[in-house]
Amino acid sequence: MSFEYIGITVLWLFLYGYLIVASIDFGAGFFAYYAKLTKQDHIINQLISRYLSPVWEVTNVFFVFFFVGLIGFFPDTAYYYGQTLLIPGSIAIVLIAIRGSFYAFENYGSKHSMLYMFLYGGTGLLIPASLSTAMTISEGGFIEETGNGVHLLYGELLTSPYSWSVVVLAVVSVLYISATFLTYYAARADDEPALQLIKKYALFWSSPTIIASLTTFIAMSQHNREHFQNMIELWWVFGLSVGFFMIALFLVYYGKYYGWAFISVMFQFFFAFFGYGASHLPYILKPYITISDGLTSEPMAIALIIAFIAGFCLLVPSLFLLMRMFLFDADYVKGKK
Amino acid sequence: MELDSVILSRMLTALTLAFHIIFATIGVGVPVMISLAEFMGIKKKDPHYTLLARRWTRGFVITVAVGVVTGTAIGLQLSLLWPSFMQIAGNVISLPLFLETFAFFFEAIFLGAYLYTWDRFKNPIYHWLLSIPVVIGSTMSAFFITTVNSFMNTPQGFELEGRTITAIEPLAAMFNPATPTKVFHVVASSYLASAAILAAITAFYMLKKAITPYQKKAMKLTAVSVFIFAILTAVAGDLSAKFLAEHQPEKLAAGEWHFETERGADLIVFGTLNDEGEVENALRIPKALSFLAHGDFNAEVTGLDQIPEDESPPLWIHYMFDLMVTLGFYALGVSLLYLIFMSMKKWNENNKLLLWLLVLNGPFAMLAIEFGWIFAEVGRQPWILRGYMKVAEGATTSPHVGWMLLLFLTLYAVLATGCILVIKKIFKGNPAEVELEQRYPEITGKDGGRT
Ligand code: HDD
Ligand code: HEM
Ligand code: HEM
Repeated sequence: MSFEYIGITVLWLFLYGYLIVASIDFGAGFFAYYAKLTKQDHIINQLISRYLSPVWEVTNVFFVFFFVGLIGFFPDTAYYYGQTLLIPGSIAIVLIAIRGSFYAFENYGSKHSMLYMFLYGGTGLLIPASLSTAMTISEGGFIEETGNGVHLLYGELLTSPYSWSVVVLAVVSVLYISATFLTYYAARADDEPALQLIKKYALFWSSPTIIASLTTFIAMSQHNREHFQNMIELWWVFGLSVGFFMIALFLVYYGKYYGWAFISVMFQFFFAFFGYGASHLPYILKPYITISDGLTSEPMAIALIIAFIAGFCLLVPSLFLLMRMFLFDADYVKGKK
Repeated sequence: MELDSVILSRMLTALTLAFHIIFATIGVGVPVMISLAEFMGIKKKDPHYTLLARRWTRGFVITVAVGVVTGTAIGLQLSLLWPSFMQIAGNVISLPLFLETFAFFFEAIFLGAYLYTWDRFKNPIYHWLLSIPVVIGSTMSAFFITTVNSFMNTPQGFELEGRTITAIEPLAAMFNPATPTKVFHVVASSYLASAAILAAITAFYMLKKAITPYQKKAMKLTAVSVFIFAILTAVAGDLSAKFLAEHQPEKLAAGEWHFETERGADLIVFGTLNDEGEVENALRIPKALSFLAHGDFNAEVTGLDQIPEDESPPLWIHYMFDLMVTLGFYALGVSLLYLIFMSMKKWNENNKLLLWLLVLNGPFAMLAIEFGWIFAEVGRQPWILRGYMKVAEGATTSPHVGWMLLLFLTLYAVLATGCILVIKKIFKGNPAEVELEQRYPEITGKDGGRT
């Protein structure tokens, strides 16, 4: 495999990782707030906070890793995305900042402040919406390069059906992924009332997810025919994704193998995400950056890959330890520790 | 001065960094203090120290959260505000930036584990061991980011022809001439500032509430740490000055108002410049600048006369340097005084005056960090990459930076307020003495809650 494929695969894996862990986190914040609003917080909030407390910082690092890695492997992205995303990027930063800090404020300081919960519950849905802009503009047609730099065409972006369908897809996916994970977590904790409530959320958010995916497909066919054609050629990947969606839905409905249900959801998104990514190539940002001529120099690419392997060897055991302590330690999950 | 996007980008970068650096400094230094306290608690079997570690950790989590989000902000803002610079930086210096994310990962994982496992292990040493990766992770992040900043001051490891970069050597770029002294000074000063802030909080509590054995031990631990770290910081600062004299003479010359190249140069402390650009009202220490720069009272020190006019940094950084050094000696002096009082049996080290001086030392040390960074960053002007790229060439051309500046100003105001309110709340309703009794009822009986 050449450097550009190694690079983009690593980055895409981390973005996928972020997609999963951040969705769980964002959705959980929203559900906690929603439960509080509907006075059901006594049922699930304890559970949510047991999961979230030890891992929220790790979630953020996934994101940092992705954008730092992207600039490292493909430095041109700093220039094009940097010039164009000043406003959406700054809004995303502000939302992430509010969410992260008010999560800590609420959790370690002012227990159960309604305002703080609103801040981190609400921002949890707005962050994916604003981050999805970066994905949308990569399809081309939203940027112009003139004599004095590169600019984002706000009018096009805000009136494009494609960009709105991506926003909707991002938001509903967050809620769906999060709800299936929390269903599993509640089942592990033997917390029957929480399980019943969250399971309802999971079932509820499944159909919007699949509808939004289809809508995005259709919008893509209008916006970027070439990419759409590539996706059609990879039809089997998206077929697998739909297959896993069915399995997950069935398992949650059937109500026994929640762990497998969540794994199916992970596969569902894995295939959809990699299908999307693979069909997007060779462009990173159409038509300005492709993976081959956007790649950093060879010595840097080698250095980054070595750094990545070394870092990975350090992280995997550490992450494993964390999961054993908090995710798979039945006593902790049940609240006995 | 016109508020174009270059100036506004600089203001926004400075704002975010000035805010992040407060939390980053605490993030680097406080884990060391926590680890130290927990270790002493285990070693001496003294729950006072363990409780100290526990309570520091609780405040620390809040500052970490703000550190993480402001760090994410500066990380993204570098690309948003300096896209052309980051394009080059991405090619040459992305290795340490990338490694830094692993350090964050490592720290984040073990911090999560550390926070939630206080009572899980039978042998407390296992819990203490979890603090080590946190210390390593945060100090390594300081190391990696500081190499990036060093690179901006003394870039190497690449060749630039027009806008194409060739002959890239990632390790040479990372281990550039500025790296050793800068890393040493940044890490030492972070430890110093963190210890100083913890000492200040303890001193404040002793003044306002009561002097208990718990507070006394906290005071002793933090004051000794301040003293040691202040010495290290001063040594590192001296080495930094020697580095500047050799590799970045214009920064040193502007910082010291050293206009003419000469041997046996005097060190100018404070003072003002008159309309002719002559120094007035200053304290002159004969030949001290030569010593600071080269370790020899008669050595030659490059002056601003050797530097092209359009490449010399603004002269006001002189005050930043002097304030940093003054506050450094203040920390050294106050902690030394405390140690002297402590070693004299007859003297009471916890007297009102000394405690007030220690309270002041906390904010002073953080100010010294800010002054130090302003000196280092503005002293690099007009370059963003010294010798290769000027700040104006690196900036975004977007017309909306002004609004973003307002947006972030509001954000940081909200975060600062929230942070202060929450930390106050955590400790107000839960004084150490009460917690001590709840957690360790066996000891409060025998050595008493108060003296
Ligand atoms: C508690 C904070 C603190 C204290 C007491 C001092 N410094 Fe400092 N100084 C810093 C905190 C700092 C810093 C924030 O860490 C800086 C900013 C950038 C850097 O590399 O370190 C810095 C930069 C800095 C530089 C510029 C380095 C460069 O640009 O490469 C010099 C020459 C010194 N310092 C010298 C000193 C001396 C001679 C001190 C005498 C005791 C001193 N500092 C005390
Ligand atoms: C790759 C990294 C960095 C970039 C691109 C960068 C760039 C800049 C720029 C362009 C300015 C404005 C200069 C001016 O106003 O005259 C600035 C200021 C500043 N930077 Fe850096 N810098 C970097 C690293 C750092 C680091 C690691 C720190 C430490 C926290 C730091 C601390 C500061 C501070 C405190 C200021 C404010 C100076 C002032 O008030 O003008 N910088 N930086
Ligand atoms: C250009 C300058 C800087 C950039 C781009 C930057 C970037 C970041 C980022 C992205 C994070 C969040 C990481 C996470 O998600 O956990 C962060 C946090 C942190 N930064 Fe910075 N940083 C800069 C300057 C500094 C400096 C100068 C120091 C040390 C003196 C420092 C020390 C830390 C630490 C220790 C954290 C972890 C948060 C905490 O424990 O409080 N950073 N930084």
